[in-house]
Amino acid sequence: MIHQYKNNGYNIVMDIASGSVHVVDDIVYDAVAVLEPVMGELEKPEQIPEEAKDRTKEILEKTYPGEDAEEALLEVQELIDAEELYTKDTYQNYVTDFKKRETVVKALCLHIAHDCNLGCLYCFAEEGEYHGRRALMSFEVGKKALDFLIANSGKRRNLEVDFFGGEPLMNWEVVKQLVEYGRSQEEAHNKRFRFTLTTNGVLLNDEIMEFCNREMSNVVLSLDGRKEINDLMRPTRNGRGSSYDIIVPKFQKFAKSRAGKDYYVRGTFTHNNLDFSEDVKHFADLGFEQMSIEPVVTDPSEPYAIREDDLPKIMEEYDKLAVEYIKRKKEGNGFNFFHFMIDLNQGPCVAKRLSGCGSGTEYLAVTPWGDFYPCHQFVGQEDFLMGNVDTGIIRTDIRDEFKLCNVYAKEKCRDCFARFYCSGGCAANAYNFHGKITDAYDIGCEMQKKRIECAIMIKAALADEE
Amino acid sequence: MKHVKTLNNKTLKESMKKGGCGECQTSCQSACKTSCTVGNQSCENPER
Repeated sequence: MIHQYKNNGYNIVMDIASGSVHVVDDIVYDAVAVLEPVMGELEKPEQIPEEAKDRTKEILEKTYPGEDAEEALLEVQELIDAEELYTKDTYQNYVTDFKKRETVVKALCLHIAHDCNLGCLYCFAEEGEYHGRRALMSFEVGKKALDFLIANSGKRRNLEVDFFGGEPLMNWEVVKQLVEYGRSQEEAHNKRFRFTLTTNGVLLNDEIMEFCNREMSNVVLSLDGRKEINDLMRPTRNGRGSSYDIIVPKFQKFAKSRAGKDYYVRGTFTHNNLDFSEDVKHFADLGFEQMSIEPVVTDPSEPYAIREDDLPKIMEEYDKLAVEYIKRKKEGNGFNFFHFMIDLNQGPCVAKRLSGCGSGTEYLAVTPWGDFYPCHQFVGQEDFLMGNVDTGIIRTDIRDEFKLCNVYAKEKCRDCFARFYCSGGCAANAYNFHGKITDAYDIGCEMQKKRIECAIMIKAALADEE
Repeated sequence: MKHVKTLNNKTLKESMKKGGCGECQTSCQSACKTSCTVGNQSCENPER
């Protein structure tokens, strides 16, 4: 399968199965399209049939008089010979073995606090409570969760623990104790913990920043962008004051103090700010260098939900953002946008791309009282309760269902060019919109595809500079 | 080539040979938490 598109003056040809990406001129762009139905998907290189070659040449000579169609076709043949064009997806055979694999747990999302000090309207955690009660995780429960992770991680050395909520800083002492406990176990078990924190910043102070800079490999800082946008969806609990005013100076100080360690300023955009490229620019203007802005995922009946009609505007915004991204990079004041980062040469292997996000298998969410769910977005949905820190995983059937959920198990993904980039998308979104994890959240898919196209175009534009 | 600039070769196919160590980051831990973006994660296998 190939995918071709034009964006910002670049003609891109993606060969999906091999992972190759080519920037081509107009004549080759058309040649590739004309030859696709003839060549189909090749298990090994083949010559372009003479008859197809003559017909294509004729078409090209009409469209591009005076250009060397023969030469263009020779280059197409060269790509075929290198197994970088029209290649067949043969990973499906690999999936059979893959399904038999023993999974290990390597990442936990610790819901350290089911409580929050903001009242964000779109919160899937329902202001921290996740369809349940307010609660803080005790050190004992957290310690058992870390012990479970160590015991179930097999030979994996890198273990990830995200302190999540609600708002994790509302239970800061336990966060510190758990980090200390985790570190004390590393040597004996030959493990390395990567701790991360996702916070709204309200309670940030110098002591917390200093601790995080020492111990947390990444911090995710929640902010939605421009002041009026942020404060509309992220109000304070009592409705007084601006959360933007409380948080932004702290985040600026925090970001500066990270000294090379990762951080992301992470926002959510909704139907209310479809011009979200302005919010990303606002982040950059505030001095942030690493950022992400995610489309809201919510009940379609909410007034701020993203609808299908919003898609044309959203696509336009991603294009605008991509152009701005390139411009600022070239000017030397660039920023990283999470969804435009793509490592074409040394990105994830096929195995990773087939296993997707790992929810329910490698990745589990742990509630304040120690229950396991496939991920943070399933917390509170009792059908997905998998076990707890005392019993371990009891519902192995849920784990197995997630283990088998890959791009080949999803009808909508089979012929999608983006399948090895998104790996089938978010299981929780699929479940919330269609009632099964093997479906896909269609609006999300459209946005994802656009982001991938932009990310690759950016690579092409920046490669021009080299 | 005159008409084609290849940004990357058949890296995906190549990765079948030495992939699957599992040491890379879980995608949702990095920044998204609401979507799924695997393609932008980094490989941490020194053997690849």
